[in-house]
Amino acid sequence: MVDRFVTRGFVGRPRSSGTGAGDFASRTPPGQYLTTDFPVLSAGPTPRTPLDRWSLTIDGLVVSPISWTWPEFMALPAREWTVDISCVTKWTKLDMRWRGVSVDTLLEHVELDPSAAFVIARADGGYTTNLPIADVLNGQAFVAFEYDGRALAPEHGGPARLVVPDRYFWKSAKWVRGLHIQGRDEPGFWESLGYHNRGDQWLEERYSGD
Amino acid sequence: MVASPIAWRLSTVASIHDETPTVRSFGLRVPDWAGHRPGQHVDLRLTAADGYSVERSYSIASEPERSGEIELTVERIEDGEVSPFLHEVVVPGDQIEIRGPIGGYFVWEAALGGPLFLVAGGSGVVPLMAMLRHRALVGRSTAAALLFSSRHFEEIIYREELDRLASAGDGTSVIHTLTRSQPAGWDGYTRRIDERMLDESLAPLGASARSYICGPTALVETAANALVRLGLPPDRIRTERFGPSGS
Repeated sequence: MVDRFVTRGFVGRPRSSGTGAGDFASRTPPGQYLTTDFPVLSAGPTPRTPLDRWSLTIDGLVVSPISWTWPEFMALPAREWTVDISCVTKWTKLDMRWRGVSVDTLLEHVELDPSAAFVIARADGGYTTNLPIADVLNGQAFVAFEYDGRALAPEHGGPARLVVPDRYFWKSAKWVRGLHIQGRDEPGFWESLGYHNRGDQWLEERYSGD
Repeated sequence: MVASPIAWRLSTVASIHDETPTVRSFGLRVPDWAGHRPGQHVDLRLTAADGYSVERSYSIASEPERSGEIELTVERIEDGEVSPFLHEVVVPGDQIEIRGPIGGYFVWEAALGGPLFLVAGGSGVVPLMAMLRHRALVGRSTAAALLFSSRHFEEIIYREELDRLASAGDGTSVIHTLTRSQPAGWDGYTRRIDERMLDESLAPLGASARSYICGPTALVETAANALVRLGLPPDRIRTERFGPSGS
């Protein structure tokens, strides 16, 4: 941060010193700007799996894999989550209100193999993203099915998407259908295309090598 | 495996020209630029004297074959923080930090083949223009069509260059739709992109086309969903979306 070039004539938006503004500023990761709308970013067409053909599966390095149908998934204990989200395309949206099932709750239904260390989220359309298991435990991740009091819209990942608020939003796989448990790490879709393997927005881990 | 970071570089603004009343192109000289692929973008960083700093992503409009500089085309967003600065303050000779190229999926190169079906809304045409310019130089054996939605005739970005590409007789067609107003004698489409328009525009290329769609969310959703219904395999449809937040 020391050797940034000062751009001639650039002042930027007023930096107000009110407490509210300071709070917003402290919640905005480096290089991000706040937005109030909910932009849509996807690499391809929006998949549409009917709920009667939908399932969510945990497999891989577990003693016995498990799969929930939509009604079974809906019967799991869910709760409200209000979290700040940052997308690698630079927007940050504060206080996004979701309803979903904690990944902790999902993992309670399986017994992990001792060598289990990584989870590969798999989604309709072939999208994947990788996370260390340690990064999705203890309330750090959930599978959301409502946003702002309504069923999650398809373009935002409905019927259900993974949400990992402490990572750039590409880690929050839309249209999630499975959590595959592995012993070794394996880059997912964007992680294979030049984006950072971990994606911690507070460390500005946008691209490979950051 | 430790990858080296994509370094910030100090580019120099070499040229500026207007594309439309609200869209302007900037030619940037970038030292040690390693080249890019059509469809990729760069990150741009502005820093104020007090250390306050902002970053934005902009698509590269120029083809990789252009040597010595890259071109960015930027729409002025009224309440934006970066695009008004680029439009009103920046002059040739100014220096701006950029890094890239970034993005490895929304990319088309001649070696990928086609046919190539491009769908754009407004400034979403920018990364597609890099593909068309690249194709015109090294990919003329690939048939290509661009379906381009603009609001008004005066807002058609790259209008004259697109006319030249379409009249070159090398297999490129450009189909415009003007959704808000049309000049006298306009015989093109006058409505938002819909399934019938996509079907008609795609027909000469066939359902084996590779499709790249870039624009506002609603346009991208409409076009991608319709192309799936028209029989294009979902894995040949690549999308990039611009929203109001793309300032």
